[in-house]
Formats: sequence, structure tokens, C-alpha cells
Amino acid sequence: MEYLLPLFILLPLIGFLISLLIPRRHELALSRTAYLTAGVQFFLILAFTIWWSFKGWPSLNVKEMVVYRSTGYEFFVDLYYDRVSAVYLLVGALLTFMITIYSRYYLHREAGFKRFFNTVLFFFTGFAITILAGNFETLFIGWEVLGVSSFLLIAFYRERYLPVKNAVKVFSIYRIGDVGLILAMWASHHLWHENITFHKLHNYELVHHQLAGHSAIGIFVSLCILLAAMAKSAQLPFSSWLPRAMEGPTPSSAIFYGSLSVHIGVFLLLRTFPFWEHQTSVRVIIGAVGLLTSLLASPTARVQSSVKAQIAYSSIAQIGLIFIEVALGLELLALIHFAGNAFLRTYQLLVSPSVVTYLIREQFYNFKPRAHTFEDSLPKRLEYTMYVLSLKEWNLDTFMYRWWWNPLKKLGRRMDVFNINRSIAVLFPFFVAGVFLVFNKHYLSPALLHALPAVAAGISLLLVLRAFTERRHVRRALAMVVMAHFWVALAISFNEHFDQSHNLIYLSGVVLSGVVAVFAINRLRRTERNVDMGRFHGHVFEHPRIALMFLLAALGLAGFPITPTFLGEDLIYSHIHPDQLLLAFMVAMSFVLNGLALIRIYARVFLGPHVKTYHEVAYRSS
Amino acid sequence: MDHNVDNAGSVRSGFDEEHVIHELKHYLPAQAPLKDFIHHNTLHAFQQEKFTDALHRASRLFGYKTTLTVHEYRKLHIEGRIRSEVLQRVVRDRKGDAEASEWLGRMLGKKYDSSIDARIGRLRGHWKRDRRIDMDAVVHTTLFRVLNSYLDQGISIWNFPVWNKGFLSSIRELQRHSWTGFIKGPRAVDLLMNEQTSIQQLLGILVGDEALYEQYLFDQQFAHQGWSGLVAVIESDPGSLLDKRAISLRELIIFELLLEVDALDREFPKGWRPLAEGMRHRPTPLFAPLPFNEVDEVRSLWQEAFEWTYYDEVLAGILQNDRERAAEGVVSVQGLFCIDDRECSFRRHLERAHPGFRTYGTPGHFGVEFYYRPENGRFNTKVCPAPITPSYLVKEVDKRSRVKKDAHFGKHSHGLVGGWIVSQTLGFWSALKLFINIFRPTAIPGTSDAFQHMDHLASLTVENVDADHREDGLQVGFTATEMASRVEAVLKGIGLVSNFEPLVYVVGHGASSVNNPHYAAYDCGACSGRPGSVNARVFSTMANHKDVRAILREKGVDIPTGTRFVAALHDTTRDEIVFYDEALLTDEQRVFHVRHVEVFRTALKANAHERARRFDTVAMQDAEEDIHAQVRRRSVSLFEPRPELNHATNALCVVGRRELTRGLFLDRRSFLNSYDSTVDPTGKFLTGILGAAAPVCGGINLEYFFSRMDNHKLGAGTKLPHNVMGLIGVANGIEGDLRPGLPIQMIEVHDPVRLLMIVEQEPDVVLSVIQSVKATYEWFIHEWVHLIVVHPIDRSMYRFREGRFEHYLPHHGQVERARDLFAVLRGSVDNMPVTILENA
Repeated sequence: MEYLLPLFILLPLIGFLISLLIPRRHELALSRTAYLTAGVQFFLILAFTIWWSFKGWPSLNVKEMVVYRSTGYEFFVDLYYDRVSAVYLLVGALLTFMITIYSRYYLHREAGFKRFFNTVLFFFTGFAITILAGNFETLFIGWEVLGVSSFLLIAFYRERYLPVKNAVKVFSIYRIGDVGLILAMWASHHLWHENITFHKLHNYELVHHQLAGHSAIGIFVSLCILLAAMAKSAQLPFSSWLPRAMEGPTPSSAIFYGSLSVHIGVFLLLRTFPFWEHQTSVRVIIGAVGLLTSLLASPTARVQSSVKAQIAYSSIAQIGLIFIEVALGLELLALIHFAGNAFLRTYQLLVSPSVVTYLIREQFYNFKPRAHTFEDSLPKRLEYTMYVLSLKEWNLDTFMYRWWWNPLKKLGRRMDVFNINRSIAVLFPFFVAGVFLVFNKHYLSPALLHALPAVAAGISLLLVLRAFTERRHVRRALAMVVMAHFWVALAISFNEHFDQSHNLIYLSGVVLSGVVAVFAINRLRRTERNVDMGRFHGHVFEHPRIALMFLLAALGLAGFPITPTFLGEDLIYSHIHPDQLLLAFMVAMSFVLNGLALIRIYARVFLGPHVKTYHEVAYRSS
Repeated sequence: MDHNVDNAGSVRSGFDEEHVIHELKHYLPAQAPLKDFIHHNTLHAFQQEKFTDALHRASRLFGYKTTLTVHEYRKLHIEGRIRSEVLQRVVRDRKGDAEASEWLGRMLGKKYDSSIDARIGRLRGHWKRDRRIDMDAVVHTTLFRVLNSYLDQGISIWNFPVWNKGFLSSIRELQRHSWTGFIKGPRAVDLLMNEQTSIQQLLGILVGDEALYEQYLFDQQFAHQGWSGLVAVIESDPGSLLDKRAISLRELIIFELLLEVDALDREFPKGWRPLAEGMRHRPTPLFAPLPFNEVDEVRSLWQEAFEWTYYDEVLAGILQNDRERAAEGVVSVQGLFCIDDRECSFRRHLERAHPGFRTYGTPGHFGVEFYYRPENGRFNTKVCPAPITPSYLVKEVDKRSRVKKDAHFGKHSHGLVGGWIVSQTLGFWSALKLFINIFRPTAIPGTSDAFQHMDHLASLTVENVDADHREDGLQVGFTATEMASRVEAVLKGIGLVSNFEPLVYVVGHGASSVNNPHYAAYDCGACSGRPGSVNARVFSTMANHKDVRAILREKGVDIPTGTRFVAALHDTTRDEIVFYDEALLTDEQRVFHVRHVEVFRTALKANAHERARRFDTVAMQDAEEDIHAQVRRRSVSLFEPRPELNHATNALCVVGRRELTRGLFLDRRSFLNSYDSTVDPTGKFLTGILGAAAPVCGGINLEYFFSRMDNHKLGAGTKLPHNVMGLIGVANGIEGDLRPGLPIQMIEVHDPVRLLMIVEQEPDVVLSVIQSVKATYEWFIHEWVHLIVVHPIDRSMYRFREGRFEHYLPHHGQVERARDLFAVLRGSVDNMPVTILENA
């Protein structure tokens, strides 16, 4: 019965592709495509699951497709189905089905009707891939789709400032999670000497045997997974992104941030449970993260005076509890809790506008001047302090600024002198020399050869940082991102002797996307004088096609699975040795930051309040 | 206007705190908390100016888009929605024959830059330009959160710990007794703790040049006019919150200035200079004179042509409407309805279903002003036009129904342990509930239901039995004399003083919707955003009262004993009706009533059918019964952002006899106030009618007008992402400013035209009436509302212009005619032409 599994990915994918082809004025066809996709998916999975349970719930694994193979390396798509997948798929399909029917009326006549359903189906596809993934590589494809579609849904009202700002913010936190996943993939590749399937992780003997000799790597992999899960499930210290993601139309906030997206971290933990099951320290850490999150998110929810923020923090607190349940190995409880929490928060968000009618009536008939809460019995100073901290979300948002955004910006700004022309002038000869040396390694001393990869990766990292903080020149920032990729390739070339075709795969997508991106910007500049990154420009208002072209190119440049670069990035990693943590980290940071830099360029040039004011333009405070 | 600007446009130094705060309040949006949503002119601050000047000034000062763009007008012209004849006439009228062709050429072909370069925000923008600090980004989040938490009416579970001391004192108290606070730096904390700290002092630190203080405060407060406006409203009317909070705009400003000082101290620990120092280019003073450009003139000409294209057609329709036919038929039943534009079609359908039905329009509070308290209610609710402060109380007693509960809105699901249990139990129930609600929408406890306003079977304390019977400082019920004077005023005002039929229906209206924070805007505006059921019932009880009738008889209104007033409530969303006190009817009356109920039912169905044409999602080819069912379903569907279209497309207010408009299809665009000049030759009652109709209908019209013109800045934007803040307002996401105004779903089909008031009376009488009340006169003389007088005898028309009436002759040829509405009704969101219907 495994052979049916690809169907559950193909179906959403086909639905998504069809929805792209339907003209925007055909509201009915668009919404019908969406809810039929989700509905058919739901009923098929339901039937499949029933059949499967008659067979005694076997774990299914199917090696679907080998994308690339070379000596000692194989990139393949693998699908896996077990109890966890079943619950997640069913809940996901049911909710998406209901929400798409709901949105069919709710979004009627809304500008962006088509875009909404496209994005929802795209998300749904990513969700199915993630849940059915049988190995990290496949999961990562879905994971990236989720990240991008989340960005697009949060920034759905792209003509306003706050949705765009928050979409970039959320995306940046997702990217932190991506670092975790990339490093986990890298380390586990070295641990297993293959792209391990989740199916094999269930083989206790095998896992136990491998980890016995490499407990440090084991813990490293687990912590990287945890990092990814924490970011995606809004656990401490990342929690503040979740309420800020509630910028799209209410139904999309309801399923994605109320239920599906935010529980993906839990899924990742459940999926990798057999791997870290016997690492007690990891389990303690996961439980502690969950506990701490619950304890802080709970009072935060209690002080929220806006209904969506209240629901968001209540949900985070529950997910904290689910983390504890997962850490305790209570898989079934965690699954029930997940499903219940997802349904509850979805519904609460959907009916949230009714809260005015309901609670005002409640107040009208049952008003008590001051309800006594248990916090009132705390010592005054403690109570007030707790209140202020909860209201300020325990400074988590500031924390993310201080420890993530601002250091990056500062570092990037410090390189202001390092302007593009200079850097090309300076770096180009070095790069040429580097390429020469790659093919003539005998000129290098072993010590130098050992240091060069890190140096080259460092240069790459500096380049993306600089691109990330560039305020004026769009094309120059793009050039830096492209150059950064080349330096990564150079770094790896020093690292190991391998077939340059790997670099070719890696760089082909980069070059292609880079050219398209620059082409898009040139097109834009033909009609617009005002193209820089000092502020948001909102050019999508007049140039939606160019914006789309640029977005695709940017995604390609960021290693999104639409060009060979995605595969190339994985290949590159296979050439970083297990003892080169620094190099692995720098390359990961470089990947993550270039994604961020590109999304920032896209947001600043194309999204946000339009620079032209001949039509209605939103306030900055909206 | 007394701004700190002298004639040369330079700014006087000297900062007068009180004056500036007063000015700020004047310009800030004046929208009350959600539960009391009341329509008003969005640009009320500019109402002392001519409409065109006001639009121009508001646009340049605050960046509002107050007109359509030239491009949009031209498109309307091409589509035929601005007619060329009218266009030419408007231009000739305003520019004279000599210049007309030149202006026409400009209007039709010249290229204009329509960019709006607002003055607001330029001064404070220097923080970012000169100092590279994004003040809004650092200050707004904390500011909005603290404000929202302090004012919250019931969302948060753990409330603002200090609440009964006023805003700043509460913050001080919180700061004093906690290890942390909203303000961190020592200097800012000292300033906060010192109760003597003044705005002037803080501006000295921040801005440093007194000449710029006023502009700085305007920039600062208009960066979040939603919150500032709400604070100003609450300050002037603390009763707009049930759970009272003391707050003032001054306190808000001080707190925000402190946050700014604190932010700068943190950003520049080595010290910083005030904004004015080192600022190279001083921005233009906010209130310096503004030149009127050619493009402004062009747009105002277009706007006028757009409006008169429609008005002219309506006036032609009134002129051509067959008055004999409209007056004929034996009257056998009468009904009083609210002037609301949504009742315009309902009345037409009643007359169609039963030609003997004579309908009258009067503001839906039916001339009685009081507070209403439902049984078990903890508060009194005002149910009369907002400006009136009543001194009466009417209580509901012997209620039978109970208020339903819903755990989804409860607090348990937000606790840690509660949430753990709730999510694993109720959570699954939620999925089922959602499933059911998507496929078979039914009312949930969060639905706002018009009929819940008053229990159908409960009684009301309408009569005051004892003059000492007072509660909360209000007299409970009315005495017979008090009742009689109110009933008399209404009946004489609408011209119903004789020939009473056995049954006179008094129909209030309300609306039902779910997932709609703006629900109060859908109810009766004349009842302060509540359903009109209580008022209809109170009025009927009064008019049925024996003693009241005796007094009325003395005053020349003889209501026969066989006549009974029957109160009812029309749900404008669901097109349903409920009658009250039917048990009190005599057998004979009951026979009539049963027959009339059938008429009402037919009319409701037809009304739903007519309304459905603008709802894209209703299938117009279905049977009327099914269409009505689909319309009803909208009111309980969680996913329906347009349960009804409310006042959208409103454009007219007809004050006169029904003969003027009976049988005339006005597409639900008209307020209809009955008035008979023969009953009121001197205009005594007209003063009251126009005094209410101009601000109420004008206010509704202009709120729609401006929300439509600039839905981002003057409206609330799309309602789909709205997040409810503290039960008092809506915002986008969790960090945004409050969004006053109307959401796009309410205004998207609205054509932005001013209200045309059509009064049937002699021009001289109307002139003296409108000039007698300054507030009323302002609406007309400054052209915020257009006025046409129709002579009661020959229907000759006079247009009010520059303080006098000029004869007006409609140019429109024959208006459309149709035998029956449903022969020409098509599903479309667009307006239909004015049509004379032969069978109505």
C-alpha cells in the first residue's frame, strides 16, 4: 500500500498548479479547486488510514525517487507513514478543507482572492511533503515551502507596513530554525554515512549502536532538531513571532498560526523521537523548554487585551505542554493534545470577531467592578512585576532584536566601507587566484590548505551580511549574494577533492536566478526612478509581474527547491567533514542570511506602502 | 479659525497647552467605542468651512484622499455615470460661458499629478532623517499595549492591576511598586514620578523650540490617530465605557513623550540634542495657508458633475411620478417606519403587496427619548439620537428568555491547566461545530440578534405611576402629559392627524449578524445604534393610552377608540418581523392583523429578493422563498463579511408626503421622512425634522463618503484581518493602531456623493427654518448637504445655493418606467436607474 503515498503529495501539488492557471476573476473555480483538493485529500487519507489500521498500523516507507547519485552520496525522496503522519495529515486536510470552504465566502471580492488560494494550496502541499517525508532531505523541501508560504500569507496585505514588517520578522525566525535543520542534516549525514530515513531510526539496535560511539554528535543532532522545532513552534525564546503572524485574513491566521504551522515543531520532535529517545539529557532539555514556555506564555496570555494575541499565547502555552508530553514519550497524548488544540484555536480565531457581541453582553448582564484573579493574592511587588513583564511579553521581541537582528545589522554596517565596487575589485583577483589554486593545490602548504576553506566561507558570510544591510543599491546587494555562493563553492573546493560537477549543480541555479533577478530589477528601473532599500516601496502595486519574477529568482538564489541549487547545497554539505563545525556553521549562516537578505530586498522594493500617493495609501501604523 | 498662525503664515512662539490639546481633540477622529458605533461626519473638524475647501485642506494637512482621482472621474464619464450635459452645465455654472470650454478641456484631457504630499508627520520625521531613530517603531508597541490593557473592557483575564486612579497615576503606581516598568531610564523614570512634569517641559527636552511644539504634538498624535481619538472620546464621555476608566488626552501625550525621552536616552547613552537643534530645513508650519491648485478645482468640478448626474435623474423622476396614481386607492392600514434608507424598499414592497397600505417615515426612536434597562441588566442603555440626554428610564420586566453561554469565549481555555483540559475535550467539539456551521450555519451565542434586545413577552414600564419613582436619577416611565406631547409631535410632524385606520403599525428596525465587531452600526442610528423595538413599543403604548388620547383630542388629533397602534421590529438583515402585544388586540382588530401579517410576509420576501441582487453569492434565478432563506443564512454565517449592506449607496433624504416618492424606485438610496406642509404651514415641525435629519442622515452619508474615498486612512480597511482590541475597537494584527471608520465591505458598493435633501415645502418657509438654527444651517450653507425644495402645489423645484433658492429645472429626459420591479431587477452590485413602477 506504500505506493499510494505519493498520491497525497501529488494531489495538493496538482491542485496548486491548477489554481495557478485559473484566471483571477474566476472566484468560483479558484475556491472550488482549493476545497476539492483539500476535501478529496481528506477523504482519501481517511479511507487510506482506515484500510491501513485494518492492516495493523504498519509503518510504511517508500523510497520514491533518486534525484542524484554519486559515489558515497545519494539524494533521494523518501516517504514514510505512521501514526504521527496519519494524525497530522487528517487534521491538516480536514482543517484546510473547512477553511477553504469558509474562505470562499469570506474572501469574496477581496483583492488578492486568487493569491490567497494559491498560497493556501502551496502551504498545503508543503505541509503534506513535510508530514509524509521519510528522510531529512524530503522534509527539508516541505519545510522550505512552509516557510515561504507563511511569509506570503503573513504579508498577504502587502500594501501595508505592519504585515510586511512582521512577515520578514517571522521569516527571519524561521531561518534560525533552518540553521538547526541544515546542521542536523549535515551531522546526521556524517553519523550514518548516508541520508538516513526516519524508518531506519526506528531500528533500535542500529541507532543504539551508532550513538554509542558518537554520543557528542548524537546530542548535537538532537539539539539542532530541537532548535528547529522551537523556532517553528514558537517556544521560548522565539515565542513573540506567533501573535505577530496574525496579519493575514482571519481564516489563514486560524489554520496556519492557530493550528497547522505552529504544531510543525512538535511534529519534528515526534518524527525524530526514536533518535533522541535514549538521550536523557536531550529529553530533559526538551521538557524544560516546554515547561519554561508554558510558565511564561500562560501569564502572557492572561494579560493580553487583544483577542488574537490572547489566543496565540494560550496556544503557545499548550504547545509547551505538548513538548513536555513528547519529552515524556507520551506520543498518543501528544497527538490528541495537538489535534484538540489545533481545532480549538482554529475555531476560537474564526469566531474571534464575535467576542465583542458576546463579552459586551456578558459584561452588561454580569458586570462585577473587579474580578478577583489569583495574581491578586501575590505580594504586590511580585504581582506588578509579573504583570509588566507579561505585558511586555517578557521582552522576547526586544530580545530577538538585541540578539539576532541588531548584531547582524551592526556587523553588516561596520562593513559599510567595504562597498561593492571596492569589494569586487579586491575580491575578484583573490577569487581567481583561489580558483587557480583549487586546481593546483600542490602550491599550498597543508596548513594553508586547511585554513583556506574557513577563510573563503568567512568571506562568503561577510558578503551576505553586507548584502543584508545594504540600504541603497539593489543590484549590488544581489551581486554580493551571488558572489557569496561562489565563495562557498570555493571554500568547499579547497576542502576536499571532488568532482566539480557538484559545484556546477550548485552554481547553475545561482547564476540563472541571479541573472533573472537582475533582469527584473532592470525592468523595474526602466519605469521607476525610485528603487532602493532605504524604505518600503510597494512597487508590486504597479508591477505585479516583475515582482513575481523577482520573487521566483530570489527564491532560486536562496536555494529554494526550484533550481538545482537546492540539491547543490546538500551536496556541498556532504563535503564538509564532521570535525569542521566552524566551517559547517559558517556555511549554514551564509545560506540562511542570504535567504534573509533576498527576502528583505523583495520586501523593501516590492512590498509595503506604495511610494506613490496618487491612490489610497495605508498609514504606517496599520 | 484661531491657529497659532498669523496672516503671513509664520508661527507665533508661545505654547498654550490647553489650546493645543483643544485643537487636537477637534481634529482627531471622534468615533466612540464599538458598542456605541454612531455614524458621524468623518471630517467634522472641517465643517465650518465650505465642503470643497475642507476637502482640499484635509487632504494637504493629513494626507487623506478626499476625492476620486481625475482618472477615476474620467472613467465614470466614459461609463456614462457622469453625463456630458450635466458636466457642461456644472462647468458653465461655475466658470461662466467664456472659460467653460477651457476648463472642460482640462477636465477631459490634461495630465495631472494626483500625488498627495501631506504636511503631517514631517517635523517628527526628522528623528529618522537626522538621527536615524525610528520613533514610531520604538514607542508605538508599548504605548498601544499599555493603553489597550488599561482601557480593556473584558478581553484580558488578568486586568491592569491599578485602574481606579487615572491613567498616569496608575502607571506611576505600577512603576513604583514593581522591579521593572514600562519606562526604564533613570531620567525618564524621574520625570514620570514627578507629578509636576508638564508637556511643555518634556517638549523642551525633546524638541527644544517652542515654535515647533504644536506641530510636534500634531505629528505625534496623528501617527496613531485611532488611539488618540478614542482617548479623547472617552475623556469627554466616560459613560461610553461600561467599565469606567479615567483617562485624558493630556495624560496620553505625557506618557508618550516620556516613552520618547526614554527611547532616546537608551539609543544615545552619551546624550542627545533636542530635535530642533541642527535641523537644516524646517518643515512648513502645519496650518500655514494652502494654495488651491488647478487640479483641486478640476476634481471639485468633476465631483459636482458626478453628484448632479444622479440628483438630476432623481428630481426628474419625482417630477414625472404620477401623483394621481400615487395618491389613489382606499387606505385601510397605516404604518410608521424609520426614515432609514433600508426601509425605503420595504415600504415600497408593502404598498405593492397591499395598495391600501399607507406608510410614513420618522426617525426610528419615534420621538421618545429614554434609557432602557433590560431585566437583569447592570446598565442603562440610551435609545435615542446620540446628542440627546434623556431623563427617563424604561425597564423591561418579566423576561422569559435567558442569555446563552459559550465556552469558546470563556476564560478557561486560556489557562494552563484549563487549556489542557479544554483543548482535549472541547477542542474536538469545536471541529464539529465548525463543520456544522460551515455547512448549515445557525446562530451561536456570539451572534448579535436584533430580537434579543427586548424579550418578546416581557413588559415595559412605560407609564410613570408615581412622580417619586426614580432610579439612577431618572424618572421611571412617562406621565400622560409627557406621553401626549411626544405622540403629538411625531404625528403632526409626519402629517398623520386624521383618518386613522383600525391598525397603525409602528415598525422599528434592527439587524442581526455574527462575527461583526461593527454590529452596532447596523442597528438603528436614531436609537444610538440599538434595535428600535423598545421605542416602537413605548410609542405604541403611549398612543394607545386612554388619557393620552384624551389630551391629543384637545390638541386636534382625534384617534378613534377603534384604532390601535401595534409595535413591531423589522430585522433588516434577515427580513423578518416580530409584532409586540398582539394579545391586546380585539377580535375585530385581530382579523385585520392576521391579514396584514400576510402582507408583511409577502413584502419581506420581496424585499429580501430585491436586496439579494447586490449580493454576488445569492443565486437570483432561485425561487423567492429560497432567496429569502439564503439571505437569512447570511446573518448567522461566520464566514459572511457582508450580512447586509447597511446604508451603502445612500444619497437622498426626502422630507415630504409619500406621494412624491410612492411608486418611484430609488434603489434603497433614500432616507424618507414624512412631512405634510399643509399640516405645518409655518414650518414649526420642519425645524425639528431638519435639525435631526441633517446631522443624522448627513453624518451617515459623509461617513460612507469618506470611508469610500480613502478606505485606508479614513476607513477601517478590509475587515478580514481585523483583531478586536479590548472590546473597544479593531486593529490590524496585534500591533496596529485602532481603525476607526467603516471597513471596505461596508462601502465598496457605495458611490461617494453627498446627500441631497429634498424638502416639500415653500422655499421661503424652508429658508427661515434652516436659518433659525445655526448648527443646521452650517450643513447647507457650507454645502456638506445639498438642498432642493419642491413646492407642495406645483412641484416646481428650487436649489439652495449661496444662501438663497434658485429655480431648478431637471434636464434629464424621461426616466425609466417598468410595470413591475422584478421584471427589470438583475443581479449586480451596481446602482439601478431611477424607475417609475406602474404597479406600486
